[in-house]
Amino acid sequence: MKLGAVLLFALALLTVIPGSSIAWEPSKPIEFVVPAGTGGGADQMARLIAGLADKHKLSPRPLIVVNKSGGAGAEGFLDVKGKKGEAHTIIITLSNLFTTPLHNNLPFNWRDYTPIARLALDEFILWVNSETPYKTAKEYLAAVKDKQCKERQGGQCLMGGTGSAQEDQILTIQLEQAIAGAKFTYVPFKGGGEVCVNLVGKHVDSTVNNPIECASHWKAGRVRPLAVFDTARLTVAEWKDIPTVKEALGVDVSYLMLRGIFGAPGMPKEAVDWYVAFLRKVGETPEWKKYMDDGALKPAFAAGAEYVKWVEENERLHKDLMGKGGLLKK
Amino acid sequence: MGIENLLLGFHVAITPYNLFVAVVGITLGTVIGVLPGLGGANGVAILLPLTFTMPPTSAIILLTSLYWGALFGGAITSVLFNIPGEPWSVATTFDGYPLARQGQGGQALTAAFTSSFVGALFSIVLITFFAPLLAEVALKFGPPEFFAIQLLTFSSFVGLGGGNPLKSLVTILLGFILAAVGLDIVTGQLRMTFGFVDLMKGFDFIIAVIGLFGIGEILLSVEEGLSFRSIPTGMNLRVVLDTWKVLPRYLRTFVRGAFIGFWMGFKPGGATPASFMSYAFAKRFSKNPERFGKGELEGVVAPETAAHAAGVAAILPMITLGIPGSPTAAVMLGGLIIWGLQPGPLLFQEKPEFVWGLIASMYTGNIIGVLMVLAFVPLFAAILRIPFAILTPVIVVICAVGSYAVHSSMIDVWYMLIFGVVGYVFKKLDYPLAPLVLALVLGDLAENALRQSLIMSQGSLAIFVTRPIAGVITAVAIFFFALPVLTPWWRRIQGTAAPSGSPRAT
Repeated sequence: MKLGAVLLFALALLTVIPGSSIAWEPSKPIEFVVPAGTGGGADQMARLIAGLADKHKLSPRPLIVVNKSGGAGAEGFLDVKGKKGEAHTIIITLSNLFTTPLHNNLPFNWRDYTPIARLALDEFILWVNSETPYKTAKEYLAAVKDKQCKERQGGQCLMGGTGSAQEDQILTIQLEQAIAGAKFTYVPFKGGGEVCVNLVGKHVDSTVNNPIECASHWKAGRVRPLAVFDTARLTVAEWKDIPTVKEALGVDVSYLMLRGIFGAPGMPKEAVDWYVAFLRKVGETPEWKKYMDDGALKPAFAAGAEYVKWVEENERLHKDLMGKGGLLKK
Repeated sequence: MGIENLLLGFHVAITPYNLFVAVVGITLGTVIGVLPGLGGANGVAILLPLTFTMPPTSAIILLTSLYWGALFGGAITSVLFNIPGEPWSVATTFDGYPLARQGQGGQALTAAFTSSFVGALFSIVLITFFAPLLAEVALKFGPPEFFAIQLLTFSSFVGLGGGNPLKSLVTILLGFILAAVGLDIVTGQLRMTFGFVDLMKGFDFIIAVIGLFGIGEILLSVEEGLSFRSIPTGMNLRVVLDTWKVLPRYLRTFVRGAFIGFWMGFKPGGATPASFMSYAFAKRFSKNPERFGKGELEGVVAPETAAHAAGVAAILPMITLGIPGSPTAAVMLGGLIIWGLQPGPLLFQEKPEFVWGLIASMYTGNIIGVLMVLAFVPLFAAILRIPFAILTPVIVVICAVGSYAVHSSMIDVWYMLIFGVVGYVFKKLDYPLAPLVLALVLGDLAENALRQSLIMSQGSLAIFVTRPIAGVITAVAIFFFALPVLTPWWRRIQGTAAPSGSPRAT
């Protein structure tokens, strides 16, 4: 990464930035921590932001993306926690901001960091292989209840998902608790893309992948979306015919994943203001809008008190859901 | 499919701009490959934001060229200093380094680069003509099949260790223990971290390798006395031509390596196990296996062919299925989405000029790459003429920078130094390092695949034999595990009893 820092720094020096009216501006490259591996959803978004900042000259200094994925992201969160008062370190968060400390009892919490902005919310969809006879979520859940997944040991249906005690498993448990008698065997994989391919290859019977992870396989006719885990249907054209879980199964199961930005602990107020304005500008670029549409992400920009309130509510929600699912650290 | 599409692709790839992009990519990639720790994935990730202003096809050509460069470059430090620049170059050190010590560094490098090219070409041709079909085969590989492949990799090494089997067992178990440190993906729990936050991310394979091989070797050299010896090496391009005269002898190793590499490469994490497996099979089928590990050219050919074949094959699932076959491919995949392309089965129909431009650029990129690195063979080999007293501190610094670069974390530099001491002690006590490395790199993958399979089957081991592909691979693996026991028995039946020559299992 050192080479990259030098490279980008040199490029940044070549770029002449006109004087700005904002009080604070980054005076050195910004370290942009991704508490997840390279190539995943959070990583893609971080690199998109870094790239757009460069392409549209939105920041006088480059953003350097650094992956710290160890311990389900705890490595990245703890690293940023140690950089008190640092104005040049930010971190992109996903649900592991809540799940990792709750499941493993690790010493960090969102309150340790400086909230900057919520960029978007990621949706979840129940998928099955298109060669299976299940046309609706009701039919599939009936098969799950009656243990009708014939190729499996005891007919027990397999649900593939990313990681353990993270959003996919939480959602699976929520579904089981809402539908009396439904029981899946949850198979954890390393990344979302891998999960959907295992569904296409019929190694699992269903998944709760994010839209973007299965989108191309859906268009190729290999997988079928049965229901979206949200209170309203998706608004993007090609996705809007998928019923909500409420419509399809008559139960309330919904879950949205945070795609947000936090700063190092005790980041100065002026710096926070700069980042919020910067991220707003990123959100207005055509590339960002296309990315949101392609991935059927829910645009949900929020900063300041609105963001903090949402995070507080979601922390309670995760505690509640994980407690019910027996995923809290004993 | 096929020729006319490929011609369309060459139309895209052979524009002056795209050729220029390929040269830049390969040059940067070779440098990145040389620096241990700064792998292809890092390099691609660093350049990714810079590609947003380029057309998507040029952008992917830049990134893939960087990847080819890293694949070529990984061999350089393995041969010259016993430090694998990339994980899949570990097996290259086994014979490449002894060759360099004997003053044949030029030959070893030529063999490594040429093998890389042959392996790559094999995979590219297969991708050109059979990509969609191969994608279907890749889909058939679930966790049970993946575990069976890991089992086969381990089995290929059985009986090859030489030395004390108990010592091999100790190092292999140590490798498994180290691989288990960190997050357990199946339960989401932290294992063996003993409350230390720094242990949470586990032991990175590449840091262990830099320490065990690189630093360990330097400590040994220091002990042998700081003789200011330099190794005489030919400074002439003739060495390339002379080596090429010898290489056709290893035709079977090339074919086997390319096949193993391609076959392993289109599942994630394939290149490293492929290089090990190819090395093991080359030794097993060789007429003079005792020469392996002491400077046998075939021991360089085998892993490099497989590694590069696998590295190219890793691109296949990326463009056909939208899943990355390697960490580097994972970053490129992110790039595809950012450039506004949707990776997956429809890419071939929706963006033929992109896909075929990419495939054609694999040909041009690898041809440019092999010519460039071969041209520099005498220069690389000449590095060994630098006196040890000057070279050693430089190597130590490169090792430290490389270890730091993996996670931008200082603790990794300490781990590297500790592994260096371990490597030194193990060599003094004659404990083999290869089983440890093999267990460390495969332990994690094999464990996940095994446990996923057993979750799928509700705990029944039958899943490894009832599924056709997994069944066949498992059977072959069991055969190789049993081979050291079966061979003497078979000889006795044949009546050609070899009284004391029975091979030993490790």
